[in-house]
Amino acid sequence: MGGSPALPIPPDQSPLVLLDLLFKMRIKDVMSSTVITVTRSQTLREAQALMKANRITGMPVAEDGRLFGIVSMDDIVSALEGGWIGEPVEQHMTRNVVVLEEDMPLSFGASYFEKYQFGRFPVLSRDNLLVGILSSRDVSAAVLIELLQEFGRLEARLPAVQTPPEASPHHILLQFSVKKYDFERAGKGTHEIKRTLTGFGIDPRLIRRAAVASYEMEMNMVLHSAGGSLSCVIDPDRVEITARDTGPGIPNVEQALEEGYTTANEWIKSLGFGAGMGLPNIRRVSDDFAIQSSTAGTQVRVAIRFPPPPAPEGKPA
Amino acid sequence: MTLSDLETLPGGRILQAEMGAKTAIHDACASDMLSDVMAHAPDDSVLITIQAHTNTVAVATLAGIRAILVCHDRPVPPEMLEAARREQIAVAVTSAAQYEASWRIHALLAASP
Repeated sequence: MGGSPALPIPPDQSPLVLLDLLFKMRIKDVMSSTVITVTRSQTLREAQALMKANRITGMPVAEDGRLFGIVSMDDIVSALEGGWIGEPVEQHMTRNVVVLEEDMPLSFGASYFEKYQFGRFPVLSRDNLLVGILSSRDVSAAVLIELLQEFGRLEARLPAVQTPPEASPHHILLQFSVKKYDFERAGKGTHEIKRTLTGFGIDPRLIRRAAVASYEMEMNMVLHSAGGSLSCVIDPDRVEITARDTGPGIPNVEQALEEGYTTANEWIKSLGFGAGMGLPNIRRVSDDFAIQSSTAGTQVRVAIRFPPPPAPEGKPA
Repeated sequence: MTLSDLETLPGGRILQAEMGAKTAIHDACASDMLSDVMAHAPDDSVLITIQAHTNTVAVATLAGIRAILVCHDRPVPPEMLEAARREQIAVAVTSAAQYEASWRIHALLAASP
């Protein structure tokens, strides 16, 4: 799927008003919810027919909402040249799919187009189901509509809606990439999360729990996965940390959650990790814990809730 | 006990103590499994370990550990010292094994008011 132009919205050079706008919009508000998909057993020839009929250049391989891969026009061209156009999609699809999540701000979507040079990204729900697809065209159209409204306001000389500055964190997003076996850099994301939470004056005991979860999640990806990303959302009432890797998946999640169970090799153990305590530790320190794993990757999501601040004495009128 | 008491251990040397040799240590934890350290280390403690690398410092920072005592005279890489300086974690070495270091530190802790 190469050759698609990146969005002309470089995050470090664009006007703040535009970045702010991208941050406010959610992927789910912009994506196309109707997704043309192909199943694993369909042939590349059938995929090509679907692409042609729908005038698209790539589509997710999915069954019952579960994403297995993506097949693009490039794959079709290679199949035609190589003579395997009659073979099942499953044998030639791209399995390591870069996905977006519906609740992410659109800024993530925009930066993904910049970063990966793909023409589209499948969008998954919180439950890891395929719920939409985001193309660079969807993003430009949405941005254009918003900008036109902004211009309308300017023309009418109305001040833009101002949100008052907040003392507590409101949907602060942090994201870090984690590389396989990059032992030296592991913990950088956690460090940043910890620093940010400290800046908001969160209770150090809660910060420690978030940091332990986050560090174990980073370590797990460094030691056991092909690499992935760590993201963190800080809200007034909670911090949510998600680790998402690109495989190879945990064969038996139940077992991995048992203390002492490990698949670590000697090298990992010699560094003081791989005692089979990572996932149990993460679950122990978090208020909410969810894990999903398939050969396409593992996602661990945890939340640590902040207790509500003490009620102010004497209610204001 | 304070950080400087670690020098009384066999071959005890303090390699990094930017926050001061008088820093108080109230507890200890002996483990080479860093996940275990993260899960169970008490605050303001010294970590008795053979794990001498930057990740030990990262774990110490998360767990509220004040000092890392590297046993068996294991070499401490410069990047570990650098990380420790940044994070204000003390680093010391001893020629003793973890067991001996543990009982000696236990005595030091028991003797301090």
